[in-house]
Amino acid sequence: MSETHPTPVNPEKQARFEFELNVLGMWLFLVTEIMLFGGLFAAYIVYRYLYPEAFIDASHHLDVVLGTVNTVILLTSSLTIALAVNSVQRGNQKGLALFLMATIILGTAFLGIKGLEYLHKIEEGLFPGGIFVYPAPFTQQARLFFSLYFTLTGLHAVHMILGIGALVVLFVMSLRKKFTSHRYDLIELTALYWHFVDIVWIFIFPLMYLIDRT
Amino acid sequence: MEHPVVPVKTYILVYLALLLLLVLTLAVAYIEMAGINTILAVAIASIKALLVILYFMHVRYSTMLTRVFILSGFIWLAILVGLTLTDYLTRAGLFINP
Repeated sequence: MSETHPTPVNPEKQARFEFELNVLGMWLFLVTEIMLFGGLFAAYIVYRYLYPEAFIDASHHLDVVLGTVNTVILLTSSLTIALAVNSVQRGNQKGLALFLMATIILGTAFLGIKGLEYLHKIEEGLFPGGIFVYPAPFTQQARLFFSLYFTLTGLHAVHMILGIGALVVLFVMSLRKKFTSHRYDLIELTALYWHFVDIVWIFIFPLMYLIDRT
Repeated sequence: MEHPVVPVKTYILVYLALLLLLVLTLAVAYIEMAGINTILAVAIASIKALLVILYFMHVRYSTMLTRVFILSGFIWLAILVGLTLTDYLTRAGLFINP
């Protein structure tokens, strides 16, 4: 086992092998992320099971319109980043830069709306850390709901910020033509991360905003 | 081991399906459905996630090893949630609403 390459390696094949390996590594990381958010979702499941009425009541304070707009924004951003990958696969440098920028803009818009929602919640006294006002009899249980809300969406927002940061770096690199149709691993990996963050929101939205609005 | 170039048309179709499922998600929340609202909402979200995973994340065109990794992740999640619930679901008298 002392020789790693006794025979000459086809660079194209090597590139493909490394690509698959990188993708596998990213998925390994995403699995740890599934467990990270999974822990929070488990807490949500337990407390929603224990206090269903309080959770329904508390969730009515969330803005469904803003939540829906944000969901559409994120779904579209998943499309644009998929198209960015598609562009680089075809050697379309302009398309790559364009779609990366589109994803950045959509991601930032999402964060802007989230910030607005947070502002509203804090103004209404619904932030569990400070002065929390909520009518009886659900006060403490609603506090639980909003703790979960701010933690889940906050952790999600942190992931989005990091993702946008990575996208900005990729955008600058793409302008310098650092990616080709034969070597675009970072684009694919960042896209996988971005899709994952989108999937987390796909679950957060109905669980937090749409508990029972009949 | 090839880099699958998924046609743009596929991406657009998946995107439209996701938007449709979003409308469905809202419908399920606003229409009374005899108690299956929650499980339906989770089912719809799962379908959306599956579409993103299979097509946007290229898992439909990936190796078996990649799929094993992903499946393992969800199995661990199921263990986390499942074992936690074996505690809470078997406590009598804990279901108290003031």
